[in-house]
Amino acid sequence: MQLRVRALETILTEKGYVDPAALDSIIETYETKIGPHIGARVVARAWADPEFRTALLMDASKAIAQLGLEQKVGDHLIAVENTPTTHNMIVCTLCSCYPWDLLGLPPAWYKSAPYRARTVKEPRKVLADFGVTLPDETKVRVWDSTAETRFIVLPMRPAATEGWSEEKLAGLVTRDSMIGTGLPKEVNEVAA
Amino acid sequence: MNGVHDMGGMDGFGHVAPDPHEVPFHDDWQARSFALNRVMGSAGEWNIDVGRYWIETLPPAVYLSSSYYKKWFLRLERLCLDRGLVSESELVSGHSSGPGRPLKRKPLSGPKAGVGISRPNYDQPSRAPAVFEIGQKVRARNIHPRSHTRLPRFARGHIGTIERIQGCHTFPDAMVEKGIEQGEWLYTVVFDGRELWGPDAEDGATVSIEAFEPYLEPA
Repeated sequence: MQLRVRALETILTEKGYVDPAALDSIIETYETKIGPHIGARVVARAWADPEFRTALLMDASKAIAQLGLEQKVGDHLIAVENTPTTHNMIVCTLCSCYPWDLLGLPPAWYKSAPYRARTVKEPRKVLADFGVTLPDETKVRVWDSTAETRFIVLPMRPAATEGWSEEKLAGLVTRDSMIGTGLPKEVNEVAA
Repeated sequence: MNGVHDMGGMDGFGHVAPDPHEVPFHDDWQARSFALNRVMGSAGEWNIDVGRYWIETLPPAVYLSSSYYKKWFLRLERLCLDRGLVSESELVSGHSSGPGRPLKRKPLSGPKAGVGISRPNYDQPSRAPAVFEIGQKVRARNIHPRSHTRLPRFARGHIGTIERIQGCHTFPDAMVEKGIEQGEWLYTVVFDGRELWGPDAEDGATVSIEAFEPYLEPA
């Protein structure tokens, strides 16, 4: 593949369609700048600030735009909230739609056939592959990203975090907890 | 099209394998393939729907056995050939045999191309009020278009409830089949697991899809 990709890049560059500096910049952006730390900041703010939480659930793109993040977050973003009675999971059965702007590029498993095939039919069994077991009474809601709307899960705030700063709260937010295949870290999982 | 890409509900793929040491790209060519797709995708020669269709139309065995970024690469190569941006002989030689043609839009360029990169907006003006309202029961149509569609097979023929109205968005089916930006109302439609999977559903599970109005009929 290395040779084939290089050949196409060479041709497209020689024809003046592609600027190699743009390729480098795009790769660097997705390798170093855009990642789950952005989503974690948003979740931590929602945990700490009830007004922001309300605004986020109403119109996530608009609410996040007001945070003044370095990277712009695209439109049609929807935050769905986990509660003691409902656990949300995000999938894209048709391809790999994922909230890139908030979480970076999707992990390989998100794009994999097992995840895409099984999540809509047996979400609890998929959660078991991640070591997650939910209470029996919790209902699982799966969101299939079949259009240009993008979803992020607002997980439940872990217990015993009253008075924590947003920065400290953000340290509890895992990428998987924002996709719904994981839960945030508990207080005893992070260093004091 | 009823392709292998439409995977929701299929069995036999095994367990999901999370990798605690996940990296964005596992090889340099994956990163280059990704970025080439982003740059050429910004040239206005095709949009996101057309790009998806050209992955869906890979032969099923190729689709299932290729890594994610290999599929992206194969899509780009085929689209560049189809649009006359490169020739077969150039791909064989690995060099350009002549200057390029003007592109519809100036693609992303320069050493700051990645900064501020974000998704476009897909809103379209509405041609008529939304037909369905929140709380209404609807049936996903039993349709099997040969071209591109974003109505997954697992939902077709089943009854769900309109939960949200997401506005009027670019209709992917018309974009691919007719090359036009047609606005259609987009809804979140939620289905009970039992409606989709019968007695094989997990207790208490619900599944929603994002469905364009032409995918739905009153139930």
